[in-house]
Amino acid sequence: MPPIVTPPEIERRHKVHESDNGSGRRPPTDKRTGGNGEGDSDNWNDRPQGRRGPRERLSQVRMGVFFGLFAVLMFFIAIVSAFFVTRASGHFDAYSKYVNEWLPTTIPSILWLNTAVLILSSASAEMARRSMFREEDVMDEWIGLSRRTSQRATAWLTLTLALGALFLAGQWVAWDQLAAQHVFFKSNPSSHFFYLITVAHAVHLFVGVGALIAALIGLRRSHQIASRQIFVDATVWYWHAMGLLWLFLFALLEFGQ
Amino acid sequence: MNVSPATSVALAPHSRWTHHRTVGFGYLAISAVAVGVGTVLSLLMRLHLSWPAWSLPLHGPILPEEYLGLVTMHGTLMLFFVLTVAPQSGFGNLILPAQIGARHMAFPRLNAASMWLTGLALLVLLTAFFVPGGSPISGWTAYPPLSATALAGPGQGEGMDVWLAAIALFSVASTLGAINTLTTIVKLRGEGMSWPRLPLTVWGWFTAALLSVLAFSVLLAALAMLFCDRHLQSSFFVPGGDLVNGVLLQHRGDGSPLLWLHLFWFFGHPEVYIAILPGMGLTSMVLANFAHRRVFAYRLMIATTLLIGLLGILVWGHHMFVAGLNPFAGSAFALSSMAIALPASAKVLSWLATIWRSRPQLTTPMLFALGFVSLFITGGLTGPILAQPILDEYLHNTFFVVAHFHLIMAMAGVFGLFCATYYWFPLLFGKMLSERLGKLHFWGTILGAYATFLPMHLTGLAGEPRQYAQLTGVPGPAGQLLQTTLPLQNHITYGALFLACAQLPFFLNLVLTLRSRLRASQNPWSATTMEWAPQAADELATHRDPCHYAEDGVLFLGQWEPDATSELPPE
Amino acid sequence: MHLTQAIVTGQSFWHLPVDASRHGPALDAHLLLNLWIALSLLALAHLILLAGLAFRRRASRPVHTLLLEYIPLAALTLLFAFLAARAQQLWAAQRYTGASPAAMQVEVTGMQFAWYFRYPGADAAFGETRPSLVAPGEGNPLGLDQTDRHSGDDLVTSQLVLPAGREVDLALRSQDVIHGFAVPEMRLKQNAVPGQTAHIHFTPTQPGSYAILCTQLCGLGHYRMQATMQVLPPAEFDAWLQAQEAAASKRGQP
Ligand code: HEA
Ligand code: HEA
Ligand code: CUA
Ligand SMILES: [Cu+2]
Repeated sequence: MPPIVTPPEIERRHKVHESDNGSGRRPPTDKRTGGNGEGDSDNWNDRPQGRRGPRERLSQVRMGVFFGLFAVLMFFIAIVSAFFVTRASGHFDAYSKYVNEWLPTTIPSILWLNTAVLILSSASAEMARRSMFREEDVMDEWIGLSRRTSQRATAWLTLTLALGALFLAGQWVAWDQLAAQHVFFKSNPSSHFFYLITVAHAVHLFVGVGALIAALIGLRRSHQIASRQIFVDATVWYWHAMGLLWLFLFALLEFGQ
Repeated sequence: MNVSPATSVALAPHSRWTHHRTVGFGYLAISAVAVGVGTVLSLLMRLHLSWPAWSLPLHGPILPEEYLGLVTMHGTLMLFFVLTVAPQSGFGNLILPAQIGARHMAFPRLNAASMWLTGLALLVLLTAFFVPGGSPISGWTAYPPLSATALAGPGQGEGMDVWLAAIALFSVASTLGAINTLTTIVKLRGEGMSWPRLPLTVWGWFTAALLSVLAFSVLLAALAMLFCDRHLQSSFFVPGGDLVNGVLLQHRGDGSPLLWLHLFWFFGHPEVYIAILPGMGLTSMVLANFAHRRVFAYRLMIATTLLIGLLGILVWGHHMFVAGLNPFAGSAFALSSMAIALPASAKVLSWLATIWRSRPQLTTPMLFALGFVSLFITGGLTGPILAQPILDEYLHNTFFVVAHFHLIMAMAGVFGLFCATYYWFPLLFGKMLSERLGKLHFWGTILGAYATFLPMHLTGLAGEPRQYAQLTGVPGPAGQLLQTTLPLQNHITYGALFLACAQLPFFLNLVLTLRSRLRASQNPWSATTMEWAPQAADELATHRDPCHYAEDGVLFLGQWEPDATSELPPE
Repeated sequence: MHLTQAIVTGQSFWHLPVDASRHGPALDAHLLLNLWIALSLLALAHLILLAGLAFRRRASRPVHTLLLEYIPLAALTLLFAFLAARAQQLWAAQRYTGASPAAMQVEVTGMQFAWYFRYPGADAAFGETRPSLVAPGEGNPLGLDQTDRHSGDDLVTSQLVLPAGREVDLALRSQDVIHGFAVPEMRLKQNAVPGQTAHIHFTPTQPGSYAILCTQLCGLGHYRMQATMQVLPPAEFDAWLQAQEAAASKRGQP
């Protein structure tokens, strides 16, 4: 149970007006979620609707992010299945020989470095996320004694941002190197996919960078620790997913051609 | 504007622009524009097919490429911007939160953003009429290489680019909207609203949203690749050595047009279920409401909704039986397509059983729900015929298919929309639409629908292919074959004109009702689902399944009524 | 005989065009069976619907989910399974195996907006075609490579002429976009996809001229992308082929 317990009678007295998440009233470390309809076992007869655990909003946003990530996953699944189809297809040339124009793209070795950077950035993002949920510090911050959690998270997120930018720069270098070897987007089917996959992933990372920046701003601006937790949490989950996705895509490009 | 208590309270907490009510009406406005334009285009198509020499005032005769532009824009507008937007996003936003005992959607700002994005997509799409070359001519399915190069015909240049941009925007917007719907349903259900207590409408929205998240991102990926083929000389879908319009395309590699077909239909088939699932859910609830009964086999209805969604992702190949698919794959897709007829049949049976000997109140919404059932049966029964590859070999891309999907999708879907409008009008505006005009509207529309789309089966069986800009003036045996369908063409066109005119009572009804001062009672239909609860959402809890009616059909128990009143005996 | 009779009347009721291929009657029988079943289910379902509305309200009794839902559903399952199985047999018979080696080879090429047909000639082999050689104005719409030794005797026509009663193996190709090769009277349809060759085989039975339609949207001329399939008695066909080949070789030697 949370350190501060609000008896239901008192809870019922301040009716919620702004929103029904109850954040800012109960300490944000409360693990309780509830009220989402699974009511029967949850004594719903006594609890007025709209009083929900402080984690409610967090879990909502998380769920939204996860559904979004599922959509992103389907996007890449479509491209990867096209990759396999195209890799396998060829035609008969003028001499009735079967030709397959697929020339495996040599993957610039800098991608290994980039991958390592991205893994590091995910680790630092996770540090930021964890620091937002450390119980004593959160209590302190909720009461207003310090802003230690946010400060720590800001530091870690800044590091993540830097590493993320480094990764993108590294990808740029990789494209540059390929271009120097005259491997362009239009060169052959394999290079179509190399560029399509890396660019589509980079676009998603750009969104992630935007989210990081937004989270950093949110950490400074937002007045509710619960909101700050949400900013960091959602951003970091997205970032992790993009990291994980990259591992698969990189493995595909490196070994799957 | 007057709002009923259930929704007015909910206006308080959020800004007007992000309120789900505003967003819902925004979506409806978007689809109203789309349906207006789409209908005009369909009538132009019909007029041209019947009287090819007829010249459009201020424009002149309709050229073949213009006809194909009409077909493409009609299909795109109707399927994407009407039947995906209005039932799922429009009524979803207006009704869904109240129906699950929530006061708002999970992410109001995201919600508003997806609505505006959808509007932007529509705007972009409509510019296709005005760009050089005109609107694209490759149909709503945009098969490459026809869609992959500007050389392939007028409209395949900028028109096609505009189309791609619009559909890409639409995909993003729909995905965001679906994320919102899903999170709202999973997380924001009010007290006591457990999963089995959700009305079937919510199950419809839920399944459709799952399909949207799954399908639209695949479409987006395909659109991105098609864009690359068009502008960056890649060859995802363009085969090597393709010679279009006398020009040898310089794309490197052996792309496969079939790859697009796979990706497109992996999206396309779920898409048609996205269009119809909310309508199915609403029909179930409305039938039970006016029959004053439980929905027959409620749990099974939930299961079939989910099953249709699940099977819906496994049947895409039935659009490709003769498109170069491996014959064994054809058999597999035939099997899954026949399988999907079963949950659909279970639904039909359940609808029939729900109203069996119930002496329902034949109000306008009830009539439209019955019309939905009728059209779904008529259009659905041709589904399993098309799903047999050997028969599809004869019927593919004939008007038989056009008849199939207009009955089951266009007309059933539109009946779902009208049902929703008549049913929820008192809730949304506090006024009742006139029953008399409503019934006139119903009878006109169902008559028109059958008069227009039933004969298409026959022209299809006679061999008339789709997307033919002209049926006359063709030499040889082909001309004679097409000639045999001409008498029915005029009939179909008159039917279509009648169908369009049958909508006039509806508009009259809207105008008259909105101007009248008569107020509707709070729950005029004796409905039992949460959106009709008299209390404000704060004080609500859900206490039971929907559709509790007493034997006499007069007494009913809303989902919101506390147990204090004596429980009615289960029917 | 009875079946044929039934088919003929069904055909006119449902507006089907004449049926002139060997696999056609079986296909038609199955199609008509499907149509009649659909029509009866349609009528039955609507009768139930209307009866349900019309009859007096019945006192409530325990609900028979089994009776009303599962038994009819099982019946429909059997019905659909039966139809699917029959369709599968026909489909397998037509598509699972290729044409017999003795079948006549003809290549069909679609392009915006015409069909060309190529007969391999005496050597029974098609010459090479190259997109870069395509020159419709110079009488080489397929881009036939005359340096290829198989090309010399290839015969290119704009009308598909076939002998009655012999199996034909069509190789479908496309030069530019996807086209749909359809002959309603032969109950035949298959798309021609650029970059690949699709084979389809059938046997025309009745002499006559039939419509070849394009059934895949391929551009503004889609509606007028037609050709004629001329099915001749075998003797006439041989005469036609000889005359054509003679004319072609005369043209070939300047
Ligand atoms: C939702 C889908 C939808 C709808 C409603 C319609 C409606 C109509 N369509 Fe269809 N049509 C398609 C989807 C639809 N269509 C598609 C996908 C294609 C294929 C395109 C392609 O090949 O690429 C097609 C193609 C198509 C063709 C084939 C063209 C060809 O291949 O040559 C024809 C020809 O007759 C036709 C005619 C009509 C007619 C006469 C109507 C009439 O019924 C129109 C009458 C109008 C109404 C009855 C009004 C509807 C009212 C509302 C929707 C109310 C809205 C309410 C709220 C917003 C609350 N359409
Ligand atoms: C809402 C939209 C919708 C729905 C629900 C369906 C439902 C079905 N569709 Fe349809 N379809 C389309 C929209 C839809 N379709 C569109 C838009 C196209 C054309 C796309 C294009 O090319 O542009 C198309 C094309 C299409 C094809 C391809 C045709 C071709 O191009 O050659 C096929 C083939 O299998 C098919 C099959 C089916 C099947 C098996 C169902 C099944 O789900 C049907 C299930 C329903 C039933 C089986 C009826 C149940 C009722 C009974 C059984 C009665 C009970 C009887 C008693 C009680 C007595 N559809
Ligand atoms: Cu060729 Cu249509
Ligand atoms: Cu389908």
